Amino acid sequence: MIILKQKDFDDLLLAMDGEQNVFIAGCALCATACKVGGQEELDALEKRLADAGKTVTGKHVFDTPCRAGGVRDGFKAHGAAIEAADAILVMACGTGTQSIGDRLDTKPVHPGCESLFVGEIKALGRYEEKCSVCNECLLEMTDGICPMTRCSKGLLNGPCGGYSADGKCEVDPNKDCAWLLIYERLKARGHLDKIAAIQPPHDHSGHQHPRSYRWPKPERPKKKAKREESA
Amino acid sequence: MSRLRDALDAGRFAVTGEIGPPKGTTIDPVLEEAERHLKGRVLAVNVTELQTAVMRVGSLAVCRLLVERGVEPVYQVVCRDRNRLALESDLLSAAILGVENVLLLTGDHVLMGDHPQARPVYDLDSVQLLRVAADLEGGHDMVGNDLDGAPTFFKGCVAAPGAEPMEPQILKLRKKVEAGAQFVQTQAVYDPGRFEQFVAATEGLGVPILVGIVLLKSAGMARYMNENVPGVDVPEAIVQRMADTPKEDRRKVSAEIAGDLIRRVQPMCQGAHLMTLGWDDVVPAVLACAEIEP
Repeated sequence: MIILKQKDFDDLLLAMDGEQNVFIAGCALCATACKVGGQEELDALEKRLADAGKTVTGKHVFDTPCRAGGVRDGFKAHGAAIEAADAILVMACGTGTQSIGDRLDTKPVHPGCESLFVGEIKALGRYEEKCSVCNECLLEMTDGICPMTRCSKGLLNGPCGGYSADGKCEVDPNKDCAWLLIYERLKARGHLDKIAAIQPPHDHSGHQHPRSYRWPKPERPKKKAKREESA
Repeated sequence: MSRLRDALDAGRFAVTGEIGPPKGTTIDPVLEEAERHLKGRVLAVNVTELQTAVMRVGSLAVCRLLVERGVEPVYQVVCRDRNRLALESDLLSAAILGVENVLLLTGDHVLMGDHPQARPVYDLDSVQLLRVAADLEGGHDMVGNDLDGAPTFFKGCVAAPGAEPMEPQILKLRKKVEAGAQFVQTQAVYDPGRFEQFVAATEGLGVPILVGIVLLKSAGMARYMNENVPGVDVPEAIVQRMADTPKEDRRKVSAEIAGDLIRRVQPMCQGAHLMTLGWDDVVPAVLACAEIEP
Protein backbone atom coordinates (compact mmCIF):
# COMPACT_ATOMS: atom_id res chain seq x y z
CA MET A 1 0.00 0.00 0.00
CA ILE A 2 1.17 3.56 -0.75
CA ILE A 3 0.76 5.39 2.54
CA LEU A 4 -0.68 8.86 2.05
CA LYS A 5 -1.61 11.91 4.05
CA GLN A 6 -3.68 14.87 2.92
CA LYS A 7 -1.94 18.14 2.35
CA ASP A 8 -2.92 21.08 4.48
CA PHE A 9 -6.23 22.51 3.20
CA ASP A 10 -4.88 26.07 3.26
CA ASP A 11 -1.95 25.00 1.09
CA LEU A 12 -4.40 23.44 -1.38
CA LEU A 13 -6.35 26.70 -1.55
CA LEU A 14 -3.12 28.60 -2.11
CA ALA A 15 -2.15 26.26 -4.94
CA MET A 16 -5.57 26.74 -6.57
CA ASP A 17 -5.53 30.52 -6.20
CA GLY A 18 -7.34 32.11 -9.17
CA GLU A 19 -9.00 28.83 -10.21
CA GLN A 20 -12.74 28.97 -9.58
CA ASN A 21 -13.89 25.62 -10.94
CA VAL A 22 -12.37 22.45 -9.57
CA PHE A 23 -12.84 18.75 -10.28
CA ILE A 24 -11.82 16.40 -7.46
CA ALA A 25 -10.35 13.00 -8.24
CA GLY A 26 -9.96 10.24 -5.64
CA CYS A 27 -8.61 6.70 -5.64
CA ALA A 28 -10.39 3.51 -4.66
CA LEU A 29 -7.20 1.77 -3.57
CA CYS A 30 -4.49 3.24 -1.35
CA ALA A 31 -6.09 6.69 -0.91
CA THR A 32 -9.36 5.08 0.20
CA ALA A 33 -7.55 2.73 2.58
CA CYS A 34 -5.63 5.64 4.09
CA LYS A 35 -8.87 7.67 4.28
CA VAL A 36 -7.55 10.59 2.23
CA GLY A 37 -9.13 10.10 -1.19
CA GLY A 38 -12.18 7.84 -0.89
CA GLN A 39 -15.82 8.82 -1.41
CA GLU A 40 -16.21 10.05 2.16
CA GLU A 41 -13.15 12.31 1.95
CA LEU A 42 -14.14 13.66 -1.47
CA ASP A 43 -17.59 14.58 -0.13
CA ALA A 44 -16.02 16.40 2.80
CA LEU A 45 -13.53 18.16 0.54
CA GLU A 46 -16.31 19.28 -1.82
CA LYS A 47 -18.07 20.93 1.09
CA ARG A 48 -14.92 22.64 2.36
CA LEU A 49 -14.07 23.90 -1.14
CA ALA A 50 -17.61 25.22 -1.56
CA ASP A 51 -17.35 26.95 1.81
CA ALA A 52 -14.13 28.54 0.59
CA GLY A 53 -15.99 29.89 -2.43
CA LYS A 54 -14.95 27.34 -5.05
CA THR A 55 -17.27 25.64 -7.51
CA VAL A 56 -16.82 21.89 -7.61
CA THR A 57 -17.75 20.81 -11.15
CA GLY A 58 -17.68 17.14 -10.20
CA LYS A 59 -15.90 14.46 -8.24
CA HIS A 60 -15.01 10.85 -8.87
CA VAL A 61 -13.23 8.11 -6.99
CA PHE A 62 -11.16 6.58 -9.78
CA ASP A 63 -11.08 2.82 -9.68
CA THR A 64 -7.31 2.76 -10.18
CA PRO A 65 -5.76 6.13 -10.99
CA CYS A 66 -2.38 4.42 -11.28
CA ARG A 67 -3.69 2.28 -14.18
CA ALA A 68 -3.91 3.99 -17.56
CA GLY A 69 -7.13 2.12 -18.38
CA GLY A 70 -8.70 3.20 -15.09
CA VAL A 71 -7.94 6.85 -15.79
CA ARG A 72 -9.34 6.55 -19.33
CA ASP A 73 -12.58 5.07 -17.99
CA GLY A 74 -12.95 7.84 -15.39
CA PHE A 75 -12.36 10.55 -17.98
CA LYS A 76 -14.99 8.97 -20.26
CA ALA A 77 -17.59 8.88 -17.48
CA HIS A 78 -16.88 12.42 -16.20
CA GLY A 79 -15.71 14.20 -19.36
CA ALA A 80 -18.11 17.14 -19.10
CA ALA A 81 -17.37 17.91 -15.45
CA ILE A 82 -13.61 17.68 -16.08
CA GLU A 83 -14.02 19.88 -19.15
CA ALA A 84 -15.85 22.50 -17.07
CA ALA A 85 -13.10 22.65 -14.44
CA ASP A 86 -10.14 25.05 -14.39
CA ALA A 87 -8.03 22.47 -12.56
CA ILE A 88 -8.14 18.94 -11.17
CA LEU A 89 -7.36 18.23 -7.53
CA VAL A 90 -6.12 14.67 -7.15
CA MET A 91 -6.47 12.97 -3.79
CA ALA A 92 -4.13 10.06 -4.59
CA CYS A 93 -0.42 9.24 -4.73
CA GLY A 94 2.11 10.91 -7.00
CA THR A 95 1.65 8.23 -9.63
CA GLY A 96 -2.12 8.70 -9.72
CA THR A 97 -1.69 12.46 -9.83
CA GLN A 98 0.66 12.22 -12.78
CA SER A 99 -1.33 9.67 -14.73
CA ILE A 100 -4.40 11.93 -14.44
CA GLY A 101 -2.38 15.06 -15.12
CA ASP A 102 -0.80 13.54 -18.22
CA ARG A 103 -4.27 13.29 -19.82
CA LEU A 104 -4.95 17.01 -19.39
CA ASP A 105 -3.91 19.19 -22.33
CA THR A 106 -4.05 22.62 -20.74
CA LYS A 107 -5.46 22.30 -17.23
CA PRO A 108 -3.15 22.05 -14.22
CA VAL A 109 -3.28 19.09 -11.88
CA HIS A 110 -2.90 19.69 -8.13
CA PRO A 111 -1.49 17.03 -5.81
CA GLY A 112 -3.76 16.87 -2.78
CA CYS A 113 -1.70 14.34 -0.85
CA GLU A 114 1.82 13.63 0.23
CA SER A 115 2.97 10.13 -0.76
CA LEU A 116 4.80 8.90 2.31
CA PHE A 117 6.08 5.39 1.61
CA VAL A 118 5.14 1.87 0.66
CA GLY A 119 3.95 0.50 3.94
CA GLU A 120 1.96 -1.80 6.11
CA ILE A 121 -1.29 -0.63 7.72
CA LYS A 122 -0.84 -1.68 11.33
CA ALA A 123 -4.18 -0.09 12.21
CA LEU A 124 -6.12 2.79 10.73
CA GLY A 125 -3.89 5.83 11.11
CA ARG A 126 -0.78 3.80 12.02
CA TYR A 127 1.50 2.84 9.17
CA GLU A 128 4.98 1.36 8.99
CA GLU A 129 7.50 1.09 6.20
CA LYS A 130 8.78 -2.42 5.56
CA CYS A 131 10.02 -2.47 1.96
CA SER A 132 12.02 -0.04 -0.18
CA VAL A 133 10.92 -1.62 -3.47
CA CYS A 134 14.59 -2.09 -4.36
CA ASN A 135 14.60 -4.88 -6.93
CA GLU A 136 17.14 -6.91 -4.94
CA CYS A 137 15.25 -8.64 -2.18
CA LEU A 138 17.25 -9.52 0.93
CA LEU A 139 14.41 -11.11 2.89
CA GLU A 140 15.72 -14.61 2.19
CA MET A 141 18.92 -13.83 4.11
CA THR A 142 17.16 -12.39 7.13
CA ASP A 143 14.10 -14.63 7.36
CA GLY A 144 11.83 -11.79 6.42
CA ILE A 145 13.08 -8.54 7.95
CA CYS A 146 14.45 -5.95 5.51
CA PRO A 147 17.63 -4.27 6.82
CA MET A 148 17.76 -2.00 3.77
CA THR A 149 14.48 -0.43 4.88
CA ARG A 150 14.15 -1.02 8.60
CA CYS A 151 17.72 -0.18 9.65
CA SER A 152 18.09 3.62 9.79
CA LYS A 153 21.38 3.32 7.95
CA GLY A 154 20.34 0.52 5.61
CA LEU A 155 23.27 -1.60 6.77
CA LEU A 156 23.60 -5.03 5.19
CA ASN A 157 26.18 -6.72 7.40
CA GLY A 158 24.92 -6.35 10.93
CA PRO A 159 24.17 -3.60 13.43
CA CYS A 160 26.18 -0.49 14.14
CA GLY A 161 27.07 0.18 17.76
CA GLY A 162 24.04 2.34 18.34
CA TYR A 163 21.41 -0.06 19.63
CA SER A 164 20.17 0.13 23.18
CA ALA A 165 19.68 -2.78 25.55
CA ASP A 166 15.94 -2.64 24.90
CA GLY A 167 16.55 -3.10 21.18
CA LYS A 168 15.92 0.45 20.02
CA CYS A 169 17.79 2.52 17.44
CA GLU A 170 19.91 5.44 18.63
CA VAL A 171 18.61 7.54 15.76
CA ASP A 172 15.05 7.30 17.08
CA PRO A 173 14.25 5.53 20.35
CA ASN A 174 10.75 4.80 19.02
CA LYS A 175 12.19 2.61 16.28
CA ASP A 176 13.34 -0.95 16.70
CA CYS A 177 16.90 -1.82 15.70
CA ALA A 178 16.25 -3.95 12.61
CA TRP A 179 19.47 -5.88 13.12
CA LEU A 180 18.50 -6.89 16.64
CA LEU A 181 15.16 -8.11 15.29
CA ILE A 182 17.01 -10.09 12.64
CA TYR A 183 19.54 -11.41 15.15
CA GLU A 184 16.87 -12.51 17.61
CA ARG A 185 14.71 -14.16 14.94
CA LEU A 186 17.61 -16.06 13.38
CA LYS A 187 19.07 -17.04 16.73
CA ALA A 188 15.73 -18.42 17.90
CA ARG A 189 15.46 -20.44 14.69
CA GLY A 190 19.09 -21.62 14.80
CA HIS A 191 19.88 -19.79 11.55
CA LEU A 192 22.54 -17.25 12.54
CA ASP A 193 24.71 -18.76 9.81
CA LYS A 194 22.51 -16.93 7.31
CA ILE A 195 24.05 -13.59 8.28
CA ALA A 196 27.58 -14.84 8.90
CA ALA A 197 28.74 -14.37 5.32
CA ILE A 198 29.67 -10.92 4.07
CA GLN A 199 26.81 -9.39 2.11
CA PRO A 200 28.16 -7.56 -0.95
CA PRO A 201 27.12 -3.98 -1.72
CA HIS A 202 23.67 -3.46 -3.18
CA ASP A 203 23.61 -3.29 -6.98
CA HIS A 204 21.74 -0.13 -7.93
CA SER A 205 22.36 -0.45 -11.66
CA GLY A 206 19.09 -2.24 -12.29
CA HIS A 207 16.83 0.28 -10.65
CA GLN A 208 17.88 3.82 -11.37
CA HIS A 209 15.16 6.44 -11.75
CA PRO A 210 12.95 6.56 -13.68
CA ARG A 211 12.29 2.87 -13.40
CA SER A 212 10.19 0.92 -15.86
CA TYR A 213 9.45 -2.74 -16.29
CA ARG A 214 8.04 -4.75 -19.16
CA TRP A 215 7.26 -8.37 -19.26
CA PRO A 216 9.69 -10.26 -21.38
CA LYS A 217 7.82 -11.10 -24.58
CA PRO A 218 7.61 -14.89 -24.22
CA GLU A 219 5.97 -14.55 -20.79
CA ARG A 220 3.09 -12.40 -21.98
CA PRO A 221 -0.22 -14.21 -21.75
CA LYS A 222 -1.50 -14.82 -25.25
CA LYS A 223 -5.08 -13.75 -24.85
CA LYS A 224 -5.95 -14.14 -28.51
CA ALA A 225 -4.59 -17.68 -28.74
CA LYS A 226 -6.53 -18.70 -25.62
CA ARG A 227 -9.77 -17.46 -27.10
CA GLU A 228 -9.11 -19.47 -30.23
CA GLU A 229 -8.45 -22.58 -28.15
CA SER A 230 -11.69 -22.26 -26.23
CA ALA A 231 -13.59 -21.58 -29.46
CA MET B 1 55.64 3.38 6.87
CA SER B 2 52.92 3.18 9.51
CA ARG B 3 54.50 3.43 12.97
CA LEU B 4 51.21 2.26 14.40
CA ARG B 5 51.40 -0.94 12.38
CA ASP B 6 55.08 -1.43 13.28
CA ALA B 7 54.39 -1.05 17.00
CA LEU B 8 51.45 -3.43 16.99
CA ASP B 9 53.36 -5.94 14.86
CA ALA B 10 56.23 -5.75 17.34
CA GLY B 11 53.83 -6.42 20.20
CA ARG B 12 54.28 -3.01 21.84
CA PHE B 13 51.31 -1.47 23.68
CA ALA B 14 50.18 1.17 21.18
CA VAL B 15 48.50 4.42 22.16
CA THR B 16 46.63 6.58 19.68
CA GLY B 17 45.04 9.97 20.16
CA GLU B 18 42.28 11.83 18.43
CA ILE B 19 41.52 15.33 17.21
CA GLY B 20 38.44 16.85 15.63
CA PRO B 21 38.79 19.31 12.75
CA PRO B 22 37.30 22.77 13.30
CA LYS B 23 33.97 24.05 12.10
CA GLY B 24 35.42 26.81 9.97
CA THR B 25 38.85 27.55 8.58
CA THR B 26 40.71 28.35 11.81
CA ILE B 27 42.99 25.34 11.73
CA ASP B 28 46.20 26.47 13.46
CA PRO B 29 45.08 25.94 17.10
CA VAL B 30 44.08 22.33 16.37
CA LEU B 31 47.39 21.57 14.70
CA GLU B 32 49.39 23.35 17.39
CA GLU B 33 47.62 21.40 20.15
CA ALA B 34 48.33 18.15 18.34
CA GLU B 35 51.99 19.06 17.95
CA ARG B 36 52.38 20.23 21.53
CA HIS B 37 50.48 17.51 23.40
CA LEU B 38 50.26 14.46 21.14
CA LYS B 39 53.37 14.44 18.94
CA GLY B 40 55.93 12.04 20.34
CA ARG B 41 53.50 10.84 23.01
CA VAL B 42 51.06 8.81 20.95
CA LEU B 43 51.92 6.73 17.89
CA ALA B 44 49.17 8.11 15.70
CA VAL B 45 46.32 10.57 15.86
CA ASN B 46 42.82 9.83 14.59
CA VAL B 47 41.22 12.70 12.73
CA THR B 48 37.46 12.45 13.03
CA GLU B 49 35.27 12.82 9.96
CA LEU B 50 32.27 15.11 10.49
CA GLN B 51 31.89 13.58 13.93
CA THR B 52 28.30 13.19 15.18
CA ALA B 53 27.25 14.27 11.69
CA VAL B 54 28.18 17.90 12.36
CA MET B 55 29.48 19.69 9.26
CA ARG B 56 33.10 20.78 9.61
CA VAL B 57 36.49 20.51 7.89
CA GLY B 58 37.06 17.03 6.48
CA SER B 59 39.40 14.46 7.96
CA LEU B 60 41.68 13.94 4.98
CA ALA B 61 42.89 17.54 4.65
CA VAL B 62 43.77 17.65 8.36
CA CYS B 63 45.48 14.24 8.08
CA ARG B 64 47.75 15.67 5.41
CA LEU B 65 48.53 18.73 7.53
CA LEU B 66 49.51 16.39 10.37
CA VAL B 67 51.80 14.42 8.03
CA GLU B 68 53.53 17.70 7.16
CA ARG B 69 54.10 18.32 10.87
CA GLY B 70 55.53 14.88 11.51
CA VAL B 71 52.43 13.54 13.27
CA GLU B 72 51.15 10.21 11.96
CA PRO B 73 47.42 10.42 11.26
CA VAL B 74 44.59 7.88 11.18
CA TYR B 75 42.12 8.92 8.50
CA GLN B 76 38.57 8.21 9.62
CA VAL B 77 36.41 7.38 6.63
CA VAL B 78 32.64 7.23 7.10
CA CYS B 79 30.00 5.74 4.81
CA ARG B 80 27.38 8.38 5.63
CA ASP B 81 28.33 11.12 3.20
CA ARG B 82 29.76 9.57 0.05
CA ASN B 83 28.87 6.88 -2.41
CA ARG B 84 31.25 4.10 -3.43
CA LEU B 85 32.93 6.10 -6.19
CA ALA B 86 33.82 8.91 -3.81
CA LEU B 87 34.92 6.52 -1.05
CA GLU B 88 37.26 4.62 -3.36
CA SER B 89 38.60 7.87 -4.79
CA ASP B 90 39.21 9.36 -1.33
CA LEU B 91 41.08 6.23 -0.25
CA LEU B 92 43.36 6.63 -3.28
CA SER B 93 43.70 10.33 -2.43
CA ALA B 94 44.76 9.38 1.10
CA ALA B 95 47.45 7.11 -0.27
CA ILE B 96 48.99 9.77 -2.50
CA LEU B 97 48.90 12.24 0.39
CA GLY B 98 51.01 9.91 2.53
CA VAL B 99 48.18 8.70 4.77
CA GLU B 100 48.42 4.98 5.44
CA ASN B 101 46.30 4.40 8.57
CA VAL B 102 42.58 4.39 7.85
CA LEU B 103 39.69 3.72 10.18
CA LEU B 104 36.63 2.63 8.24
CA LEU B 105 33.32 3.40 9.88
CA THR B 106 29.61 3.49 9.22
CA GLY B 107 29.24 7.01 10.62
CA ASP B 108 26.66 8.65 12.85
CA HIS B 109 23.30 9.22 11.20
CA VAL B 110 22.57 12.67 9.80
CA LEU B 111 19.61 12.95 12.18
CA MET B 112 22.12 13.08 15.06
CA GLY B 113 23.91 16.13 13.65
CA ASP B 114 23.40 19.72 12.56
CA HIS B 115 22.15 18.97 9.03
CA PRO B 116 19.21 16.63 9.73
CA GLN B 117 17.72 17.62 6.35
CA ALA B 118 20.60 15.91 4.51
CA ARG B 119 20.22 12.67 2.57
CA PRO B 120 22.24 9.95 4.31
CA VAL B 121 24.20 7.91 1.78
CA TYR B 122 25.35 4.57 3.25
CA ASP B 123 25.96 3.23 -0.26
CA LEU B 124 28.45 0.89 1.43
CA ASP B 125 28.58 -0.27 5.01
CA SER B 126 31.76 -0.52 7.07
CA VAL B 127 32.30 -4.21 6.29
CA GLN B 128 31.99 -3.58 2.57
CA LEU B 129 34.24 -0.50 2.77
CA LEU B 130 36.95 -2.57 4.47
CA ARG B 131 36.79 -5.05 1.63
CA VAL B 132 36.93 -2.23 -0.93
CA ALA B 133 40.09 -0.85 0.72
CA ALA B 134 41.60 -4.33 0.50
CA ASP B 135 40.58 -4.52 -3.17
CA LEU B 136 42.39 -1.25 -3.87
CA GLU B 137 45.52 -2.59 -2.16
CA GLY B 138 45.26 -5.58 -4.47
CA GLY B 139 45.59 -3.28 -7.45
CA HIS B 140 42.00 -3.08 -8.62
CA ASP B 141 38.85 -1.18 -7.78
CA MET B 142 35.78 -2.83 -6.29
CA VAL B 143 34.39 -3.77 -9.69
CA GLY B 144 37.67 -5.30 -10.85
CA ASN B 145 39.21 -2.55 -12.97
CA ASP B 146 43.01 -2.37 -12.77
CA LEU B 147 44.62 0.52 -10.92
CA ASP B 148 47.71 2.32 -12.16
CA GLY B 149 49.53 2.11 -8.85
CA ALA B 150 48.07 0.46 -5.77
CA PRO B 151 47.86 1.97 -2.27
CA THR B 152 48.98 0.44 1.01
CA PHE B 153 46.78 0.87 4.06
CA PHE B 154 46.74 -0.14 7.69
CA LYS B 155 43.03 -0.72 8.02
CA GLY B 156 41.15 -0.28 11.25
CA CYS B 157 37.59 -0.74 12.37
CA VAL B 158 35.55 -0.02 15.48
CA ALA B 159 33.49 -2.14 17.85
CA ALA B 160 31.24 -1.33 20.79
CA PRO B 161 32.23 -3.54 23.76
CA GLY B 162 29.35 -2.21 25.86
CA ALA B 163 26.60 -3.01 23.36
CA GLU B 164 23.92 -5.25 24.82
CA PRO B 165 23.42 -7.94 23.55
CA MET B 166 27.07 -8.39 22.65
CA GLU B 167 26.80 -11.27 20.19
CA PRO B 168 25.62 -9.18 17.18
CA GLN B 169 28.63 -6.88 17.73
CA ILE B 170 30.96 -9.85 17.70
CA LEU B 171 29.32 -11.31 14.59
CA LYS B 172 29.87 -8.04 12.79
CA LEU B 173 33.40 -7.61 14.11
CA ARG B 174 34.32 -11.03 12.75
CA LYS B 175 32.99 -9.97 9.36
CA LYS B 176 35.10 -6.82 9.53
CA VAL B 177 38.24 -8.83 10.18
CA GLU B 178 37.31 -11.24 7.40
CA ALA B 179 36.90 -8.19 5.14
CA GLY B 180 40.42 -7.03 5.97
CA ALA B 181 40.43 -5.10 9.25
CA GLN B 182 43.91 -5.16 10.79
CA PHE B 183 43.19 -3.38 14.07
CA VAL B 184 40.23 -2.47 16.23
CA GLN B 185 39.59 0.70 18.18
CA THR B 186 36.71 0.35 20.58
CA GLN B 187 34.04 2.77 21.68
CA ALA B 188 34.37 4.22 25.18
CA VAL B 189 35.09 1.68 27.91
CA TYR B 190 34.70 2.53 31.60
CA ASP B 191 34.03 -0.89 33.05
CA PRO B 192 37.02 -3.28 32.95
CA GLY B 193 34.78 -6.24 33.75
CA ARG B 194 32.59 -5.63 30.73
CA PHE B 195 35.66 -5.12 28.56
CA GLU B 196 37.06 -8.44 29.76
CA GLN B 197 33.87 -10.19 28.58
CA PHE B 198 34.21 -8.48 25.21
CA VAL B 199 37.83 -9.52 24.82
CA ALA B 200 36.90 -13.09 25.75
CA ALA B 201 34.16 -13.08 23.10
CA THR B 202 36.66 -11.98 20.46
CA GLU B 203 38.93 -14.92 21.07
CA GLY B 204 40.74 -15.98 17.95
CA LEU B 205 40.00 -12.73 16.16
CA GLY B 206 43.70 -12.37 15.37
CA VAL B 207 43.90 -8.57 15.24
CA PRO B 208 45.04 -6.11 17.92
CA ILE B 209 42.41 -4.32 19.98
CA LEU B 210 42.94 -0.77 21.22
CA VAL B 211 40.66 0.00 24.13
CA GLY B 212 38.70 3.21 23.69
CA ILE B 213 39.19 5.71 26.51
CA VAL B 214 37.05 8.84 26.55
CA LEU B 215 38.17 11.41 29.09
CA LEU B 216 35.46 12.24 31.58
CA LYS B 217 35.14 15.97 31.94
CA SER B 218 32.47 16.07 34.62
CA ALA B 219 29.94 14.02 36.53
CA GLY B 220 27.26 15.57 34.32
CA MET B 221 28.94 14.22 31.21
CA ALA B 222 29.10 10.76 32.77
CA ARG B 223 25.42 10.83 33.68
CA TYR B 224 24.48 12.12 30.24
CA MET B 225 26.36 9.28 28.56
CA ASN B 226 24.85 6.69 30.90
CA GLU B 227 21.40 7.86 29.92
CA ASN B 228 21.88 8.64 26.25
CA VAL B 229 24.78 6.73 24.75
CA PRO B 230 23.99 3.06 24.13
CA GLY B 231 26.67 0.74 25.43
CA VAL B 232 28.32 3.30 27.72
CA ASP B 233 28.02 2.61 31.41
CA VAL B 234 30.20 4.73 33.69
CA PRO B 235 30.33 2.98 37.09
CA GLU B 236 28.73 4.98 39.89
CA ALA B 237 31.99 5.16 41.86
CA ILE B 238 33.64 7.05 39.00
CA VAL B 239 30.64 9.36 38.56
CA GLN B 240 30.77 10.14 42.26
CA ARG B 241 34.51 10.76 42.17
CA MET B 242 34.03 13.35 39.42
CA ALA B 243 31.11 14.88 41.29
CA ASP B 244 33.29 15.30 44.40
CA THR B 245 36.09 16.96 42.43
CA PRO B 246 36.28 20.76 42.41
CA LYS B 247 36.31 22.25 38.93
CA GLU B 248 39.99 23.26 39.01
CA ASP B 249 41.06 19.66 39.74
CA ARG B 250 38.92 17.96 37.13
CA ARG B 251 41.64 17.57 34.50
CA LYS B 252 43.96 15.96 37.04
CA VAL B 253 41.30 13.55 38.31
CA SER B 254 40.08 12.82 34.78
CA ALA B 255 43.65 11.84 33.84
CA GLU B 256 43.89 9.62 36.93
CA ILE B 257 40.62 7.85 36.11
CA ALA B 258 41.69 7.27 32.50
CA GLY B 259 45.21 6.21 33.45
CA ASP B 260 43.91 3.82 36.09
CA LEU B 261 41.49 2.31 33.60
CA ILE B 262 44.24 1.77 31.04
CA ARG B 263 46.45 0.12 33.67
CA ARG B 264 43.65 -2.27 34.54
CA VAL B 265 42.75 -3.29 30.97
CA GLN B 266 46.31 -3.24 29.62
CA PRO B 267 46.84 -7.00 30.11
CA MET B 268 43.71 -7.72 28.04
CA CYS B 269 44.47 -5.66 24.93
CA GLN B 270 47.18 -4.40 22.63
CA GLY B 271 46.76 -0.66 22.94
CA ALA B 272 44.60 2.27 23.92
CA HIS B 273 42.83 4.91 21.90
CA LEU B 274 42.49 8.19 23.81
CA MET B 275 39.57 10.40 22.96
CA THR B 276 40.21 13.64 24.80
CA LEU B 277 37.34 15.76 23.44
CA GLY B 278 39.63 18.76 23.29
CA TRP B 279 41.58 18.09 26.49
CA ASP B 280 44.73 17.15 24.56
CA ASP B 281 46.87 18.73 27.28
CA VAL B 282 45.74 15.96 29.66
CA VAL B 283 47.32 13.21 27.54
CA PRO B 284 50.79 13.35 29.16
CA ALA B 285 49.19 12.98 32.61
CA VAL B 286 47.04 10.05 31.43
CA LEU B 287 50.10 8.27 30.07
CA ALA B 288 52.02 8.97 33.28
CA CYS B 289 49.18 7.56 35.40
CA ALA B 290 48.97 4.53 33.12
CA GLU B 291 52.75 4.16 33.47
CA ILE B 292 53.21 4.10 29.71
CA GLU B 293 56.49 5.36 28.27
CA PRO B 294 55.97 7.72 25.35
